[in-house]
Amino acid sequence: MRDAFVRKLTEEAETNEDVMLLVGDLGFGVVAAFGDAYPKQFLNCGVAEQSMVGVAAGLAASGRRPFVYSISNFPSLRPLEQIRNDVCYHGLGVTLVAVGTGLAYGALGYTHHGVEDMSILRSLPGMRVYTPADALECAAAVDEILADPSPAYLRLGKNKEPLMHDEQPDLSTGAPLLIREGTDVTVIAAGPIITQALAVAEELEPEGVSVRVLTCPVIKPLNAEAVHAAATGTAGIVTLEEHTVLGGFGSAVLEGFALQGYRTPVLPLGLADAATHIIGGQEWIRERAGLSTDHVRSSVAAFARRNA
Amino acid sequence: MPTELARQARRSALAMCSRSGASHIGAALSVIDILSVLYGEVADVSPHRTEDPSRDIVLVSKGHSASGVYAVMAHAGYFPVEWLDDYYLDGSHLGGHVTAHGIPGVELSTGALGHALPFGVGRAIADKLDGIDRRIFVVLSDGECAEGSNWEAALMAAHHALRNVTVIVDRNGLQILGRTEDVLGLEPFADKWRAFGWEVEEVEGHDHGELGRALHTRSQRPRAIIANTTKGKGVDFMEDRVEWHTLVPNDEHLVTALAQLETNTTEA
Repeated sequence: MRDAFVRKLTEEAETNEDVMLLVGDLGFGVVAAFGDAYPKQFLNCGVAEQSMVGVAAGLAASGRRPFVYSISNFPSLRPLEQIRNDVCYHGLGVTLVAVGTGLAYGALGYTHHGVEDMSILRSLPGMRVYTPADALECAAAVDEILADPSPAYLRLGKNKEPLMHDEQPDLSTGAPLLIREGTDVTVIAAGPIITQALAVAEELEPEGVSVRVLTCPVIKPLNAEAVHAAATGTAGIVTLEEHTVLGGFGSAVLEGFALQGYRTPVLPLGLADAATHIIGGQEWIRERAGLSTDHVRSSVAAFARRNA
Repeated sequence: MPTELARQARRSALAMCSRSGASHIGAALSVIDILSVLYGEVADVSPHRTEDPSRDIVLVSKGHSASGVYAVMAHAGYFPVEWLDDYYLDGSHLGGHVTAHGIPGVELSTGALGHALPFGVGRAIADKLDGIDRRIFVVLSDGECAEGSNWEAALMAAHHALRNVTVIVDRNGLQILGRTEDVLGLEPFADKWRAFGWEVEEVEGHDHGELGRALHTRSQRPRAIIANTTKGKGVDFMEDRVEWHTLVPNDEHLVTALAQLETNTTEA
């Protein structure tokens, strides 16, 4: 997905010289192509994320469309006040791009786990939040971001996510995107963890539970009406995210439903409220931090039965 | 013009803080001469050109000196002087920290410290790419130089040889709870900027002639002007007193202060 992002941005840079890529000295072997092709639109700001976001705000105030690229929490939590004050307070078109969010950098340790970012970024005024599940959703998100001159956060996985679509989807309405039809219960996943939702759906089929699966790449502004409609005819919605359950995608759905008065049952699945000390890859940590496929499967099945 | 601007601004800032119960008069009186020389003489800015892409950019990072900033700008003609009357009060245009929203000529909302220099560096980089040769002035407080973001941006300005960036540090030596050197020492302060690749000049920060000359001077590198100032400048019971960062002048303070300003019309 990170390659897809850089590829897409490189394409955009060709026709739009306002597009800039700022990096915090990260992206070895990934960002060089952009810098080589468009040196005037590329800026390595060094390991200095606060300054990088302030610089991006200054560039945006001068009409540029800077994309601030780093990994995990470094373009979001580290310069949070610069994002809030310099970018959001002034409504500037700066985009923060985080690669390897969730547990993608699992074995690098908790410092590198991007598992609170959606909650925090979502609460900032006017900040749009996108969490694509594959390269095509990523490209679509970049199109959406550039279509509007307001702040945005693009939450990416790492690489080699399987494609969920045949062609680039339309994210303009923010509606969740149907990946697998089903009739008993609806699972909506935010980001690359869609693969686990699909695996659970396959495993539950023989047990007689038909699972509808969607991705929801537009977390904010959340189209609560479309999320609600996506579950029509099923027992309810299980939200799935590689992110704390506090304040993320599931919370956004629950807030949206409460405000709209929707009574569709919602079960938010995600990481527990705990810093993980587990060392291991993405799957290894998922299995031990409340996001094992077994746990998700049994939770979805129980939720479907309870609300049938 | 800077002399008259500073005189009017001091009177207004004192009245504003007293009337509305706002803090930070010491910081405002400290920075007013710097701002008066910038808006009144050195910076290529004008109330009639606030959207002109070739205008100089003045950024006040020490957003808490808002009463001083607004007073200078109102008297320089950026917005009606009457706007100062309800500073910091319900529904006012003007809040207790510098805000750009709806205020002609203010380039950046500040208040949290350490934000304006990175922003200014970004504007300077954009100018370089666009071939625009204008100046970016960033006014910092000395206390806020404890914020690491300033030094991140200082590295970047030097790395890119951003000669159009000029920092002016309002070096009054005081912060909320004490002297800067007692709280978190900055000295050798000029050497720090030099070590970061900046050209440095120290001036008497209430001397308009010295300030003007230093601010007009150009270099191939970013420049830092350390303006040695007195917090609370112009009012004897406020001068170099730590408490006047926070205290609000009452009616008696105001009368005494205004009378002193009336008799001391010459700048230091």
